[in-house]
Amino acid sequence: MTDHTGPAVAFKHVYKAFGEKHVLSNVSFSVEPGEALCLLGRSGTGKSVTLKLIVSLLKPDSGEVWIEHDNVGILKEEQLSRARRKLGYLFQDAALFDSLTLYENLALPLTRLTSKSADEIDAAVDRVLSEVGLVADKNKMPAELSGGMRKRAGLARALVLEPKILLADEPSSGLDRITASEIDELLLRQKKERGTALIVVTHDVHGARRIADRIAVLDKGDLVACGPVADVERSENEVARRLIWE
Amino acid sequence: MTWLIKALDFIGRLSLFGIRVFTDVARPPFEGSQVLRQIVEVGTKSIPLVLPSGLALGAVMTLHTRSTLVTFGAAAMIPAVQALAFFVEIGPLVAGLLLAGRMGSGIGAVLANMRATEQIDGIESLSIDSFKFLVVPRVVACMIALPLLTLFMDFAGLLGGFLSEYLSSRISPELYITRAFNYIEWSNFIAPTLKTAVFGYIIGTVSAYFGYTTNRGAQGVGEAATNSVVVSSLLIILADVFLIKCIFFLFPENAI
Repeated sequence: MTDHTGPAVAFKHVYKAFGEKHVLSNVSFSVEPGEALCLLGRSGTGKSVTLKLIVSLLKPDSGEVWIEHDNVGILKEEQLSRARRKLGYLFQDAALFDSLTLYENLALPLTRLTSKSADEIDAAVDRVLSEVGLVADKNKMPAELSGGMRKRAGLARALVLEPKILLADEPSSGLDRITASEIDELLLRQKKERGTALIVVTHDVHGARRIADRIAVLDKGDLVACGPVADVERSENEVARRLIWE
Repeated sequence: MTWLIKALDFIGRLSLFGIRVFTDVARPPFEGSQVLRQIVEVGTKSIPLVLPSGLALGAVMTLHTRSTLVTFGAAAMIPAVQALAFFVEIGPLVAGLLLAGRMGSGIGAVLANMRATEQIDGIESLSIDSFKFLVVPRVVACMIALPLLTLFMDFAGLLGGFLSEYLSSRISPELYITRAFNYIEWSNFIAPTLKTAVFGYIIGTVSAYFGYTTNRGAQGVGEAATNSVVVSSLLIILADVFLIKCIFFLFPENAI
């Protein structure tokens, strides 16, 4: 899958604040290629900010964020663009472009960033849409899709460039248990079949237990626990234990 | 002093934003299809606003000027006054102000909504330069669409003037057109029409700035739309003064 040795993503002593509000304080962790890390934590503890730091939509105030061998905080635009091509990002509300059809949403990055022909782009879009079960809906506008379909469409867009690392921000939020489970299944399949590293922000402990090789718990900007599920269950930190058990 | 610092900060940011449009427009990939899409989006949808406005304004202007010119025995000058006024100033300025409302609010609201719903972050996360993809085509489309829509406004105004005059004096279309264009030079027509490309740049840049840079969620959408219209309209009127001076400098015969 990759010629890179070492972590797919690494945080090294990352601090991030918005004005007076400290969101992340000295956070360090890493995710290996093909590994799934679920980030748990109460609302407003910096989970989504962590994902945005990885994709460099936000910059750390101090510390380093690495994607494979690139420190994304100091990359120039062109280098950052190359580094981002290793990432797929499923946004909380899918963030599909509402003026484009589902097909156009998926074809856009292929048209812009690859040299694929129109037929190859059609085939790639159809392949990814069939993986998420939306081929029949490819000519629909995002507004015509249900919440679950939008999530799956967002996942399809995140996967269309075949990323090495997939970031998912609350992939099961607002979904019923069955649909959430289907999304979890799609994420797991990416990990198992393609060796994609997963970093999943979630409040769904049930899903996290299914997906995660390791679970990291953020509380008030600190990483208070990080390890396999069994270790977090026995964590000395009360918030981590409560989150994983309740 | 805080307001002064804020005002200077805003002017600085808006200026840098506007300069970036020029630097990015010359950098590949060239967003031809996006520009075309935006011209269709902002241009064709603005025609139903511009045409009736031009017709009504033309008719009203003729109604007002007629009584004065007839008093001085200059009724034959009505078509020329109408054409000169519309081509030189009323058409470009009113088109600019109308389209600041139509296009400015649209661009501001759309981009602010895209920001609020993370669509712009989505574009960035796909390694696509969101500024070049979203902002540059909209500004370029405004710069192309404004002169074209101004032509619609000019000719609709002339038609409105003719209809009004026809109802009063039964003037023939041929005579009206002949009299209308008797006093019009190319410089009366080309320069004022092309100056609306600057109005388009102002509308596109200002409204894209407010939409693209907002970070106030759903509330920011309404604010971006309102600010886009207010600031674009103000800057268009101020720019018009400067542009007229430039036209007079380049075409001194227009100043007479």
